[in-house]
Amino acid sequence: MYSFWQTARLDISESIRSKWFALYALVFGGLIATLFVFGLTESRVMGFTGLSRMLVTFIQLTMAILPIFVLLSTVRSLAGDREAGVYEYMLSFPVSLSSWYWGRFIGRFIVVFIPVFAAMGISLVVGLFMGAEEIPWRDFAWYSALLVSLAFCFLGISFLISAMSRTSDVAQSVAFFLWLVMLMFLDLILIGLLIQFQTPAEVVVGLALSNPLEVFRIGAMMLFDPQLILLGPAAYIILDFFGNAGFMAYALLYPLLLGFLLAGIGFLIFRRTDLP
Amino acid sequence: MIELKNVSKTFRRTRVLDGLSLRIDAGDRIALIGSNGAGKTTMIRCILGEYVYDGEVLVDGVSPRSARTSVLQKIAFVPQMPPPLRMPVGELVNFASRLCHTTEERIGSIAERMGLDIGEVRKRPFMKLSGGQKQKLLIAIAMGRDADVLIMDEPTANLDPAARQILFDLLAERLDKSMIISSHRLEEVAMLVNRVIEMDRGKVVLDDRVEDAIDPGLRQEVRIVLRKPEEAFARAIGEWGFESADGGITWTGIVAGPDRLRFLGMLARYVGVIADLNMHDLSREKADA
Repeated sequence: MYSFWQTARLDISESIRSKWFALYALVFGGLIATLFVFGLTESRVMGFTGLSRMLVTFIQLTMAILPIFVLLSTVRSLAGDREAGVYEYMLSFPVSLSSWYWGRFIGRFIVVFIPVFAAMGISLVVGLFMGAEEIPWRDFAWYSALLVSLAFCFLGISFLISAMSRTSDVAQSVAFFLWLVMLMFLDLILIGLLIQFQTPAEVVVGLALSNPLEVFRIGAMMLFDPQLILLGPAAYIILDFFGNAGFMAYALLYPLLLGFLLAGIGFLIFRRTDLP
Repeated sequence: MIELKNVSKTFRRTRVLDGLSLRIDAGDRIALIGSNGAGKTTMIRCILGEYVYDGEVLVDGVSPRSARTSVLQKIAFVPQMPPPLRMPVGELVNFASRLCHTTEERIGSIAERMGLDIGEVRKRPFMKLSGGQKQKLLIAIAMGRDADVLIMDEPTANLDPAARQILFDLLAERLDKSMIISSHRLEEVAMLVNRVIEMDRGKVVLDDRVEDAIDPGLRQEVRIVLRKPEEAFARAIGEWGFESADGGITWTGIVAGPDRLRFLGMLARYVGVIADLNMHDLSREKADA
């Protein structure tokens, strides 16, 4: 356990010093600042009332940014470390492979989650000072939980890709392609499938709900639109099958478990192959 | 202590270790030599449990793959190429000292002897250090801990002559421990080792146990002819008790058997001026006389 935390600590400190982290933190900090600027412009007449709305916008943007950032930065640093000989040296210390692998996983999770969480927290505090009427604690808690789940999921995918790839070029290409597929499966391809092949709606919705990005998106949507009116007819299938609370539980647990499962498979591969 | 039984390792279609069998006992101080691609680094990585392989590698009876932590607690390692770590020097030293059950002060004192003040570079990222500084730090981390085996892969590659000498002094203080020193320069490590293993195409082609193979009482008569008199050579060979009767061209003397490798290591520095070299065993009576 001791070496686990040592590894996590080391990964956090390595990440914090890297350029990708600076950019990552800047993007989320900048995002919040931009949203406030727009929020203030909007509030000249009505006053500042839009914390919930701002959180929704922030979470939708996060959905686009966080996964690709997590994927690319993680596979780049993990596969890159292996390529550059970092593993050869660091794994010559008496640290178990499980401590090393999961220590890095948790360290990376903290590094990925903290800037997003901090940005949301800052938005609440600043909003309060600007005269927001009430703090949407419930939304804040749910969004945070959904973000934890999303970050875990994409970290799991990243660790699996890194364990399977021998070079950072291959790892980055696979990660980018996977993200692209998930993004396309959000709407475009699914609608195309539905129309072109007259695929049963349940199959299309089932496919959509296997995509963690889509699950996150619907979960976040459900928080401000409980009837999922924005989603259209697919909402009937989802609400009939899961119900409101059931879907929120699914949105929270599915990406989380998927992330653990994929990271676990990655660990088995990592343990059974050449380390450097 | 370390046993490799019929170990093979293939990368794609290239067989880098080819049924390698080797036994390294406690107290063996090995110079691991061989050309590039001979399999030295691969063998070291197998001992460190970093590669999967066919065959069996055992360190004190257990596999470094399955019992990593206990095996690596006994092995200190210096890699050939310093890794590009972004973390500050202080953090690396802290990480290493905690995992290897040693103290930062102990590592710091070795680094200081090597000519590196850790306090001065503590906050600097490891990758921003010069090649020599990185190597000194890695050596300090490896030697500043208790380990039964010290494995060094080309440890002198980035070191200046002064730091090289200090490294050899440090190693000479640990002659009771086992060592595997992979090097292209046998002459450098010759005086530290008691066994030379040469690898070629994944196999051991020479395993010379310097002390075992030679009768400790045996002496060798040596005659060296130089191309021209050389002052530095005269000084070095004079320390071995050699004499010249013709103004520094021909030198004769006697070398004790166990000192043979060390002596040849010294000679290798002057290979450019040596025209002829002859060594032969003396009979017991003549040696005693």
